[in-house]
Amino acid sequence: MDKFLTFTIVGLTIAAIYAVIASGLVLTYTTTGIFNFAHGAAGMLFAFTYWQLRFDWGWPAPVALFVVLFILAPLFGVLLEAVIMRGLEGTTETVKLVVSISLLLFMIGLAQLIWKPGISRPMDNFYAQNPPINLGPTTITIHQAITIGIAIAVAITLRLVLTRLRIGIAMRAAVDDRPLSMLNGARPNRVSMLAWAMGTSLAALGGILIAPGIALDAPSLSLLIVSAYAAAIFGRLRSLPLTFLGAIVVGCAEGYLSGYLPQNQYLSGLRLAIPAIILFIVLLVLPNPRLRGRMTRSREFFPTPTIQGALYFAAAVVVIGVICATTMTDPDLITYGKVFSIGIVALSLVPLVGYSGQISLCQLSFAGIGAIVVAHLGHGGDPLAIVWAVLIAAAVGALVALPALRLSGIYLALGTAAFAVTLDRWVFTLPRLTVFGLFDVNLFESGSVSVDPLKFLGTTFDDPGSQMIMTAVAFALVSLLVIAIRRGRLGRRLLAMKDSEAACATLGLNLLGTKLTVFALSAGIAGLGGALYATQLTSITPNNFDLVSSLQIFALTVVGGIGAVGGALIGAASLLVLLPLIATLLPSIARWVVLFPGGAGIALGRNPNGAVHDIREGFAPLITSRKMMAAMTIGLAAVYALRLADVITNWPFVLISLAVIVAVTIVANLTQPRVVEAAAGVSEAELADVPLEWRGIDRAWTEADRDELDRRVGMSEAELHGVA
Amino acid sequence: MASLEVRDITVRFGGNVALDQVSIATEPGSITGLIGPNGAGKTTLFNVITGLLPPSSGRVILDGRDITGLSPTKRARLGLARTFQRLELFSLLTVRENIRVAADIRRGYSKDKDNPAEIVEAIIDRVGLREIAEERVDRLPTGQCRLVELGRSLATKPKVLLLDEPASGQDETETELFATLLQQLAADGTVVLLVEHDVQLVMNICKSVHVLDFGQIIAVGSPSEIQTNEAVLAAYLGTGATTP
Amino acid sequence: MNVLELRGIHAAYDRIDVLFGVDLEVPESSVVALLGPNGAGKSTALRVAAGLHAPSSGDVLVAGRRVNGVRPEELARRGLCLIPEGRGIFPNLTVRENLRMMSYTGTSEAVIDERAFLRFPRLKERFTQTAGTLSGGEQQMLAMARGLATDPALLILDELSMGLAPIIVEELYEIVAQVAREGVSILVVEQFASTVLGVADFAAIIVHGRIARAGRPAELRDDLSKAYLGA
Repeated sequence: MDKFLTFTIVGLTIAAIYAVIASGLVLTYTTTGIFNFAHGAAGMLFAFTYWQLRFDWGWPAPVALFVVLFILAPLFGVLLEAVIMRGLEGTTETVKLVVSISLLLFMIGLAQLIWKPGISRPMDNFYAQNPPINLGPTTITIHQAITIGIAIAVAITLRLVLTRLRIGIAMRAAVDDRPLSMLNGARPNRVSMLAWAMGTSLAALGGILIAPGIALDAPSLSLLIVSAYAAAIFGRLRSLPLTFLGAIVVGCAEGYLSGYLPQNQYLSGLRLAIPAIILFIVLLVLPNPRLRGRMTRSREFFPTPTIQGALYFAAAVVVIGVICATTMTDPDLITYGKVFSIGIVALSLVPLVGYSGQISLCQLSFAGIGAIVVAHLGHGGDPLAIVWAVLIAAAVGALVALPALRLSGIYLALGTAAFAVTLDRWVFTLPRLTVFGLFDVNLFESGSVSVDPLKFLGTTFDDPGSQMIMTAVAFALVSLLVIAIRRGRLGRRLLAMKDSEAACATLGLNLLGTKLTVFALSAGIAGLGGALYATQLTSITPNNFDLVSSLQIFALTVVGGIGAVGGALIGAASLLVLLPLIATLLPSIARWVVLFPGGAGIALGRNPNGAVHDIREGFAPLITSRKMMAAMTIGLAAVYALRLADVITNWPFVLISLAVIVAVTIVANLTQPRVVEAAAGVSEAELADVPLEWRGIDRAWTEADRDELDRRVGMSEAELHGVA
Repeated sequence: MASLEVRDITVRFGGNVALDQVSIATEPGSITGLIGPNGAGKTTLFNVITGLLPPSSGRVILDGRDITGLSPTKRARLGLARTFQRLELFSLLTVRENIRVAADIRRGYSKDKDNPAEIVEAIIDRVGLREIAEERVDRLPTGQCRLVELGRSLATKPKVLLLDEPASGQDETETELFATLLQQLAADGTVVLLVEHDVQLVMNICKSVHVLDFGQIIAVGSPSEIQTNEAVLAAYLGTGATTP
Repeated sequence: MNVLELRGIHAAYDRIDVLFGVDLEVPESSVVALLGPNGAGKSTALRVAAGLHAPSSGDVLVAGRRVNGVRPEELARRGLCLIPEGRGIFPNLTVRENLRMMSYTGTSEAVIDERAFLRFPRLKERFTQTAGTLSGGEQQMLAMARGLATDPALLILDELSMGLAPIIVEELYEIVAQVAREGVSILVVEQFASTVLGVADFAAIIVHGRIARAGRPAELRDDLSKAYLGA
């Protein structure tokens, strides 16, 4: 009984923290419609800030708390709203999600930049030196009491603000009916700003409360707070009282499970994964959403790839692979060589996210499964292991999809993230175990597991050069497969389903079967990528397949252009080539590259079609002209010959090649009238055509808008100045 | 001959009754009209018939079979097709691809293995979309989009076709063409249930017209009967309309 | 001087053209009824007038001043009050909170409550009740109370009668008539044409996005059934 009470207090303390964090999340989601994946990361960032002020600089706790909670955090929230979030209205759910995921990555990068990781930063509990309060059968520490008290205070304060203050009522009014609240004269932007300010403050408060209990580490703190999301889901991201109830359920479940679960090596990881598992279960018991038609008209534009273009692309990939393999040193090849295997993982997102609009944040987990399979079945380099890797990853993908596909949008993203966390916190860390006395399972041998190099066609792919060529060929082939899907029946069906599930259902399409197919296909491709990646690494650990890396690949692929295979290559290349390259070439800014993946994703809000769209436009005249293509091929071949003959070294080779490509492209653009794609015009026209009264809501407000407003209202310059 | 029957359908949203004991029987091979003021429940009824919305009570019967518990997908496979008031086209695909998706889906479940490509070409000609077959649908004007949606639903070779305001956004020539097309379809034995704001169109091509108001069927009859029905005039014009 | 004037308004949703050059005037201290069948463009015309929907061409004038592009909350603060179709209330807020939202237009809360109770005594009994749980008629009264509480220059009513029993509709229109007698200009869109014709000074029939007929109510009655039922 005493134990039970103790665990209850532990559980309620956790619950209190989750409640604080989750209520902030609900506040921002309901008033602005953006699910802030970076909510936890904001908590992390301000936990670090608080540590800096309170423990490193020795400020008194009340001062440090006041500065963080009432000045820095709200300001940061207002900044987020004004600079990033306001521009997101009217964009697709995927874009919103990527922007907030990128924000999470950016904040983790920022924290690691300011506070070097790996250094212990102890954070004391509040009144840690005071003895715990005696409650008869058990005791409660002052920190625990304060935490629970704060949650209650937050609940009361929120209630008062939302029902007594006019701006609070306006927040609720905006949730009910945003246009109507405008008709009443309420200013929606102010309401959003307040919501973000309050939300960020609550995240900061939660972060400060939770940090003393665990190590102050940016990624784990950002994602640990993910558990608070389970509480918010209880309230369907809308109801604050239900969110508090959800927090109590999740917190107590965590308290009891970690108290009562036997202490053994199999379950120690489970404890870390409990919140994710609870999140997954909560998502699954949510009532099935009704089939609906299109919600927002997307601004995406993915043209159908041509066969010719696909072949050019595949050939170019292989050529690049061969050139790199023959010109680069082994250490360089090891650094940059993973671009194609991870590129295949990125490719797996194209049919899933790009074509069908389903979101998965656990592609790297499927890759991890492929890697484990090839490590265990690929002894002696048996190529059959690759086939098994694909099949098993696809099967697991289908298994995950089966329950998860009842979900959509943000819920599906959270569900797959929960799956990834469960895998990388618990399943991948399991020691050797026997399942039903039949299977001897030993995933990562509780640490790392070695992988034999692949052997087929009489070749052993054991050096980075041959691996580079092999993965490049694999990437090219998978690209062709993905393009073939797009051009075929399945691709049309997926694009159709993304646009209108209701229409598809009324045409007789089996939605679940179609989603299952694309999920399994995508998991299989990711499994292939993971398997090849593993053979390159020669030794794999669970860390190679964690959620944060998965998020990076996801964000950068969407930035590259999720609707096209080129986007996957750009995504993988910016992560695995560009970043290390910048770090090597410009050591002075090497520290800053951690901010890049996040920063790139945040910028996505401006260009939802991805970079590949612009690049394709630029290259279109070149690709359509045989003469120009021939000129470029000859030019590049000549430069390559010079390099092989050792007339020039690597750097001149790269620079001259780039110069040739750029020069030919420019000539092609000049000599051929550029085929302006009509749809690109449409999307731009649409951007420009935002009605004046929606500017600042649908997209960012600019000076030009103000001028136009003045002009349209009929105020001349003179009049304006006269009034002033 | 195919037939669609709706028996005593009631739909409640919270405390509001959107549909109250609505019954409609269609006649095979003819066009049945459904009109009524805004918010009367016409689209809600379509959603119930196609399975997108479960009714609180009542039954939907297709060819004598109770399909009330079936999913939208199963109903579609039994020969029920519809268009949407708010166009639900596949905006990233071309006109031809839009119709092709439907033809491919049908080939997946149906016994007759007609070549989907041929079906698509036949429909493109029938509906008159040949010139714009390669256009992406999000660049088309609304009137043509309505035709594409009709073509898409025809690719499933429906026995029963539900049309939700197919003429809105069409110009007069398009509407005329559309009317002819619907009459041909009905003559071929397809059951057509038409919700339409263009009362003129409804009066011209429908054999019988149902009037829905506040979720209730307030009148059933031929177009000429409906035009002089007191209850209908009251519903449209207000309580005192007939005694000016 | 016209309180509101629409000049050659064209408007579209997505790619669906709805209005084709609508002209409409609401003179000071008068009630103007905009009538027409479903989908004719009545609500769109109102949304354009209130700044909720941008016309693709044409001008909106409030008190003689061009207000194209002025945001709806600014128009609301300038005394233009739209009560939208389907209950202009926040269902999850209490009656009290609903009324309080109106204080953004510059009227003090005490005055708003006082005016609301004066006209709709029933709301006083329901003061702390959640608006969504009120009856349909009470919800519409709340919507009107909110609109009138700010003493607007122009009240725009969209389908006041939607989903309400005829007896309640009559009750509501008695209040509209009373408000009109107090000198507030009113633009009203209604399907129940005859009810509103009894109150209106001027009426216009809109068909297929164009004003088909405009004039005094008595002149229009015969045109109505043709416009609505094609008879």
